[in-house]
Amino acid sequence: METSAYAIELKGISKAFGPVQANRDINIAVPRGTIHGIIGENGAGKSTLMSILYGFYRADSGQILINGTPTAIPDSQSAIRAGIGMVFQHFKLVQNFTVLENVVLGAEDGPMLNTSLAKARKSLTDLSREYELDVDPDALIEDLSVGHQQRVEILKALYRQADILILDEPTGVLTPAEADHLFRILKGLKAQGKTIILITHKLREIMETTDNVSVMRRGTMVGTVKTAESSPEELAELMVGRKVLLAVDKAPAQPGDVVLSVQDLRVRDEAGVERLKGVSLEIRAGEILGIAGVAGNGQSELMEALGGMIRASGNVTLKGSPLPLQGPECNGQSRREAGVAHVPEDRHHHGLILDFTAWENVAFGYFNDPKYQKNALLMDNAALRADTARKMETFDVRPPIPGLAAKNFSGGNQQKIVVAREFEQDPDLLLVGQPTRGVDIGAIEFIHKQLIALRDAGKAVLLVSVELDEILSLSDRIAVMFDGQIMGTRERAATDEKELGLMMAGITGKGEAA
Amino acid sequence: MERLPRWADVALVPLVSLTLAFTIAALIILAIGQDPWEAITVMVQGTVMDAYGWGYTLYYATSFMFTGLAVCVAFHAAMFNIGGEGQALLGGLGVALVCLFIPWPHWSLALLAATLSAAAFGAIWAAIPAYLQAKRGSHIVITTIMFNYIAASLLQYLLVNTLKPVGQSDPASANFPDATHLPALNDIPLVNLFFTKPVPANITLFIALGMAVAVWVLLWHTRLGYQIRAFGKSEPAARYAGINPTRIIMIVMILSGALAGMMAVNNVMGEAERLLGNSASGAGFIGIAVALMGRNHPLGVVLAALLFGFLFQGGAELGLWTKIPIEMRIVVQGLVILFTGALDVMVRMLLGRIFAAFRARAEGAA
Repeated sequence: METSAYAIELKGISKAFGPVQANRDINIAVPRGTIHGIIGENGAGKSTLMSILYGFYRADSGQILINGTPTAIPDSQSAIRAGIGMVFQHFKLVQNFTVLENVVLGAEDGPMLNTSLAKARKSLTDLSREYELDVDPDALIEDLSVGHQQRVEILKALYRQADILILDEPTGVLTPAEADHLFRILKGLKAQGKTIILITHKLREIMETTDNVSVMRRGTMVGTVKTAESSPEELAELMVGRKVLLAVDKAPAQPGDVVLSVQDLRVRDEAGVERLKGVSLEIRAGEILGIAGVAGNGQSELMEALGGMIRASGNVTLKGSPLPLQGPECNGQSRREAGVAHVPEDRHHHGLILDFTAWENVAFGYFNDPKYQKNALLMDNAALRADTARKMETFDVRPPIPGLAAKNFSGGNQQKIVVAREFEQDPDLLLVGQPTRGVDIGAIEFIHKQLIALRDAGKAVLLVSVELDEILSLSDRIAVMFDGQIMGTRERAATDEKELGLMMAGITGKGEAA
Repeated sequence: MERLPRWADVALVPLVSLTLAFTIAALIILAIGQDPWEAITVMVQGTVMDAYGWGYTLYYATSFMFTGLAVCVAFHAAMFNIGGEGQALLGGLGVALVCLFIPWPHWSLALLAATLSAAAFGAIWAAIPAYLQAKRGSHIVITTIMFNYIAASLLQYLLVNTLKPVGQSDPASANFPDATHLPALNDIPLVNLFFTKPVPANITLFIALGMAVAVWVLLWHTRLGYQIRAFGKSEPAARYAGINPTRIIMIVMILSGALAGMMAVNNVMGEAERLLGNSASGAGFIGIAVALMGRNHPLGVVLAALLFGFLFQGGAELGLWTKIPIEMRIVVQGLVILFTGALDVMVRMLLGRIFAAFRARAEGAA
């Protein structure tokens, strides 16, 4: 078996979906016992490549070598037999099963469960000890934190004797501390001779954890470099194909009057559970307030309540006049009329109608705007198309075709359509949720610039992002949310990642009352 | 799945589906010991080869256009209105009340009033399930089906106990007065150059075509239509944009019910000229197939309604002139629905592969 220094070699892998060449002649060699990063913009073909490796797709041409042996991987069962384990971005766990049951699921030894469970319990204990993967085998998945659920996914792969572990964007849902723990686990695994492939778009993680890194761009492999001999700037340039400004260039904020004032905002979900537990904050004209926090700590509810999408209680005023939080007056239309623009966190679910064309999406939420009406009865579709063409040019949406369905744009360009629509409304308050989630580096740079420009034009901006880096580079003030509450608010200059990380985990830094 | 060119998507796929449906129908006719060629000849002869046949085909098609448009409008808001049948029955009641109890000086006024009344009755019958869906979360599919039965029973009750003239044995209303008689196609100047014999197809056909245009304008050129389509594509997104779900559900179902109700002008006022218990005779359900096959586009609905008009009339001809039972038309309809609706994806995938193969060959040659 030990015939090759490489755990995985891909030779000349190509894969096309119709006219789209997702992978073109990909060559990659991953040395055994290393952590190998794969980076690339959205749509660069990383996921396709890994799906081929894990047997979800078949390559049109090319060869896969596992430990030097050419191996056919027609399905995921073969991938598992070849010693490949995959940890998906969205976990594949049964919520109301225990850890043990999830680990055994699909790998049972026979018709009776008890023998498998006993065997799994023993090996789970061993694995936990070996790799700092401590998880209670009898805990229900639904009771575990996201970080622990991810460990279960890793345990599942290891239980199936995986030698090669692929992790797809593993830190998107983790706190900085959880992410650090994950990387310690990965380094432990590496020390035991496992090979790890890490797919991510966070350059910092690549720099900190990987031995080698392969960069993909538009379906091709641009190059593989030793991480130690590279820099984030170089990698970013390889990914995008041009020089990229990683840091955001901005002048100090010049805050004006209070635009948005939120007092004791509370939201209950449909099950009656309180999701926002009395949030109070203020945003002034010309400043960006960033909300940091691990996903699911009330940020979405805060945005949706302010955007008029869900009912809430408390007191919210915009430029002194109250915004309705209850009843039929509380809706997206009245918010827009009041001067609130909203880039929603989930563009596929909320921000866009994917089956609609780009120009139809530009009217989304603003279909009552007089400039889009021909007369009292009919909409002016021609004016709308013209307006869309103009916005597409300003925001560099590609391809600039107003009649193209939203689903046919890449993630970054979809987001640019939403951003163009909302930023161009000249609002007083801008709610911006995850502005760059799933957006490639080039578009991130552009969206960040636009956001700063709006701030400098005197808008109040509320920014929610799970990317702490994004919060840190854009915000003038930062509030941290944990469990439906604001743990504290800091001036950007007066805080750092470490303090915010602790607050994100629910520990107040300087003894401040939450 | 391979993408198809647009012309193949709108024209070739339905054509292939239809061919498959008719092929299987031919095999069934063969299996019951009859001659499929004779069957298709009789069907074509009796439907589209002369004006008389067209008069019937268009009459049925008119009804199907109304019910098809009804399903189409609701579908764009992701509401599956299966209650077209009941709404059409109630529309018939609306027509009958207007025609029986108001003395009309001229048919045109009667037509206007009857159309509005039919629409109103159909709308009310759809508004109740709509309210239950919007406010109570009762599923529209379930409630509209139930309302079909309630409508049938209600109508039966009214016909037997209230509307039936004294001394008449069958459960039907009195004949409408002559002043409410609508011009059939053979009564209309110029059109009667083609339709020389009396036919059931009547002036309502033009209302149906007008409604198709109106639905098209509504859906793609008005703010309301925009909101309906947005709501239908994604309710969470509609909530983000501030579209009121209750309002859209109510409006769209009222429009849908009104369209289904208007069908009664064609059959109750235009043809039977009295109210019968089963006046809708399944057109409400055929509307679902029509909308499905017409891709929920008004133009497609009109074309699909013509096809089903052809099947309906052709099936009647089969029963009349051949030994093939009239029920055969239900079999053919079923096959058409099966292939154009349920097996649509199968045909699409097949064609997709063929197109991909051609494309690959073309690229290879280039």
